[in-house]
Amino acid sequence: MNAAADLSNWLIVLIVFFLLLGGLLIVVGALGLLRLPTFAQRIHGPAITVTLGAGSILIASMLLFSSLNSRPVIHELLITLFIFMTAPVGAMMMMRADVYRKLREQAKEKES
Amino acid sequence: MSAILPRPGLSLLLLCIWLLLNQTLAPAHFLLGGIISIAVPLLTQSLMPHKLRLRNPVALMRLLTWALVEISRSCFNVSMIILFRQREKVNSQFIYIPLDMHDPYGLAMLSCLINCTPGTVWVEVTPEKHELYLHVFDLHDEAWWINTIKTRYEKPLMDVFEGAADAGRT
Repeated sequence: MNAAADLSNWLIVLIVFFLLLGGLLIVVGALGLLRLPTFAQRIHGPAITVTLGAGSILIASMLLFSSLNSRPVIHELLITLFIFMTAPVGAMMMMRADVYRKLREQAKEKES
Repeated sequence: MSAILPRPGLSLLLLCIWLLLNQTLAPAHFLLGGIISIAVPLLTQSLMPHKLRLRNPVALMRLLTWALVEISRSCFNVSMIILFRQREKVNSQFIYIPLDMHDPYGLAMLSCLINCTPGTVWVEVTPEKHELYLHVFDLHDEAWWINTIKTRYEKPLMDVFEGAADAGRT
């Protein structure tokens, strides 16, 4: 099956653009996670990955499968919803853990 | 509302999610999704002690659109900083932002929006003074951040979740 041949050129360009953009943003997010010096800074890297990075790839997925199946395929929206409900909570919990650990270390240093 | 449908909005949302998940509009799935969307709010009602009332859906849509633009903009900015800025020059700071909003759903929504935006992470709301403790990736102007959060995010959320009648309550 050579389904890609049925797609118009501008649509393929659009899909590839979103895939490349998403991939690039995910790499940048991972790079941030790898290279930034402190924990509080590192936590900002994955925020790029889960928002625009994942978003671009989901848009590409919606465009591709909608046109391949000739009907709107939009259940990717659910992934957006679930990311919106879970990723911020995870980031907040990790940030809190970091802040409280530092506070505890400071208190220990004061004692000794 | 009624005893069968305590949260009509949540029921509708669950039905939509069910139909989207199964990618169908078949009557059988309407029935199954309908049963789930009636049963789940009834079963989980004891986990949701606060009543949610959306008073201004238009303002909510406007806020989400603004947030989407802001998320894209911040993504670009943070990417540029990660890629090109020297690491020692990134000015990461914790700042305090005084909050007037007390509605738990509004605060939850605010925290999700702020954490979704790259460059800002919500730490907590201090219990004594009701201030938001926020970590900013690259702080250049503290007053600008406080002003943006208060006017662009908190004000619309107060309109949506608390309503104009008790917006002045602090």
